[in-house]
Amino acid sequence: MIRYVTRRLIQMVFLFLVFLTVTWFLLYILPGDSVALKYAGNPNIPPEAREVALERLGLDKPVLIQFRDYMFNFFQGDLGVSFNQYPRPVIDIIGERLPRTLVLFLTALVTYYWAGFVAGKYLAWRRGNRGEMAVTIGGVGLYSMFLPFFAFMLIWFFSVRLGWLPISKFLDPEQWRDAPFAANQVFMRLFWVTLITAIAMFAASFAGHRTHSRVLARILRWGGGVLVIAGFLFYWFGTESGQGMRVYAGDIAFHMILPVLTLTLIAFAQVMLLTRSSMLETLREDYILTARAKGLPEGIIRDRHAARTALLPVVTSLVLAVATVIDGGVVTEAVFSWPGMGEILISSVLSEDIPVAVGAFAFIGILALIGHFVVDVLYGFLDPRIRVTEHG
Amino acid sequence: MTNTLPETRIEDPLASEVDRDVDSWWKIRLALTRRSFRENWKIFRRNKIGVLGLVIIAFWGIMAVMPTIFFVTGFWNPAVYDPVTGLELDPPTRTMTMVERITDPNTEIDRRAVLLDGRIPDTLQIGDTFELPLQPAPPDSRHWLGTDPLGRDILSQLMHGARASFFLGILAAVVTVVIGTTIGSMAAYFGGFVDAALMRLADLLIMIPGVALLIVIGAVFTFQLWHLAVVIGILSGFGGTAIVLKSQALAVKVKPFIDAARVAGGSARHIIFYHLIPNVMPLSVLYMMFTVTAAIQSEAVLSFLGILNTDTSWGLMMNLARTQGYLLQVTDFWWLTIPPGLAVTVLSAAFFLVGRGMDEIVNPRLRRR
Repeated sequence: MIRYVTRRLIQMVFLFLVFLTVTWFLLYILPGDSVALKYAGNPNIPPEAREVALERLGLDKPVLIQFRDYMFNFFQGDLGVSFNQYPRPVIDIIGERLPRTLVLFLTALVTYYWAGFVAGKYLAWRRGNRGEMAVTIGGVGLYSMFLPFFAFMLIWFFSVRLGWLPISKFLDPEQWRDAPFAANQVFMRLFWVTLITAIAMFAASFAGHRTHSRVLARILRWGGGVLVIAGFLFYWFGTESGQGMRVYAGDIAFHMILPVLTLTLIAFAQVMLLTRSSMLETLREDYILTARAKGLPEGIIRDRHAARTALLPVVTSLVLAVATVIDGGVVTEAVFSWPGMGEILISSVLSEDIPVAVGAFAFIGILALIGHFVVDVLYGFLDPRIRVTEHG
Repeated sequence: MTNTLPETRIEDPLASEVDRDVDSWWKIRLALTRRSFRENWKIFRRNKIGVLGLVIIAFWGIMAVMPTIFFVTGFWNPAVYDPVTGLELDPPTRTMTMVERITDPNTEIDRRAVLLDGRIPDTLQIGDTFELPLQPAPPDSRHWLGTDPLGRDILSQLMHGARASFFLGILAAVVTVVIGTTIGSMAAYFGGFVDAALMRLADLLIMIPGVALLIVIGAVFTFQLWHLAVVIGILSGFGGTAIVLKSQALAVKVKPFIDAARVAGGSARHIIFYHLIPNVMPLSVLYMMFTVTAAIQSEAVLSFLGILNTDTSWGLMMNLARTQGYLLQVTDFWWLTIPPGLAVTVLSAAFFLVGRGMDEIVNPRLRRR
């Protein structure tokens, strides 16, 4: 297992180097002098000042030297300086944007994956129902839904028509006018508290799965869940730092509902349809017939015998879903003006802020690579055949 | 087998008969194709979902042809109905009374008043009534789906958008299939280094988020519609499609007839193009459908974001509605947003449904017994 993981890790690093190289050449070199033009193309700038500016940015050096410098600097965490927000380093912008994208991305990923798997399981189990075709067509319709259109319909319905949720953006400026905190400070607190809660939740449920005693499992799962939620609430209502930030954190969470919902609904159908066909194949297996012949309860055959095997192809499909969700995230962020990586990518690309564009795209690539790596390892963990054959 | 036949023809006493066979080998192949098509159609027809997709595609196909018929027969005047340069010169009007003249729009927050500014003659006094042309206009007998803020016919744009989507989707799918089958079969046939190199490339390509990459490429080049189709085709052809088709080609490669062809002296090229590719073709047609879905979606997203350089497309119609500020006024201006949004969704869903219908032909385990 360790050899398998290191092998994948080395491959990933190599792939990232290729990816970064291609991105850099694509954006810095192919547009011709656009970087120099953007920065010092203004005819009012005297030639001497332009030369100084180009020299300071290192744009007067040969291409390969520039490339070498960029690569060295990249791995030291220096991605250059944004043109549009001039003295601000790119890494600073990305450091602010990345957690916002991650939250959107992870919440949607967990929600859609779980909901899709459960829905697909029941759909395959009830094959031949009258509602089956309607659900399939609805699923395909949702899957191939034009994302901006769908997002705007949701915004229109929930924000304009019903007025329940905010239209877009990250926070409500009116409410934050004399806030004692910076938005990012509150957001990071929210991020960590939620992450710790989620991990504790998962640990409780995992421990429940591992125990053999049914009573103990139930106590661990429910008791653990209640305890974790109580801790979460205690932090925001009981402690001093939590109480101060509560209103502002709540505002950010409130703005998150609609983007997460959009992303979840779009991606959910894909997992549902996949689980359904994978489950249908599994239900053909002989051991399902055996389980039936033994007279096992339906629920046990469905959940323990069929669904566990059917999970494998669905996990493989996650490899492709990672890219899909990142893509969907980019578009969702653009529609909701959610200040994350996708939004900064689009706005920097449209305003020719090349250093930011390269940095944002590189980090989107890193996100995709990490996603793939996790899925690969998970798959190797679930299916021993992969580990064995990959060794050779 | 066909390339060995001409040599035997010379000595063979039944030369004339074989000769006829040689001339008509394509007829045999055609008959075989027709027969397998008929059988597959029978399976496909049983699946209502696939048929529904086909019906929707046919509907949009007719929609894509309609404007040509309308223009040729003179039912539509190009000056009015052209999707890009057309203009309704005689739009419906609304009678209005002037209440107040706003000199500086910046000091007034009333958006409607600012919108009217510039369309009202200067000579008008307070209390006068005047006819205000309504643009975007709601559907009426001349414009069945209304007009957009620039006075162009929505239905005409929708039909031309269908044409653009078909062009893009089919071109992207053809490029994907040509590249995907060739790469997949080559990787399966040669194995070793070729296989490893091609598959690592595919690994890289399926990892890259496509829309993000297309946004970056769109920033560097001025993107035409067919450029986009080719780029999507290359990404998908070298990426996911190649991986799937390779695993299929591996299964075909171990069949006895491949060995027979090799023993008969068939070259690698001959075996790949005459024996491997025809046998992975059904699966590649299936992936063609999924590529069409992806291509239509990416095009719509890119032109919605204003990155693509096209005249007419569904995404562009949404883009116009967004930039002119009509997007969230769904009840008042539904004809600006609902038709293009639904069109993208329905057409890409239709191709996906056909793909799922074909899935049952390619993968018999999914069939209901």
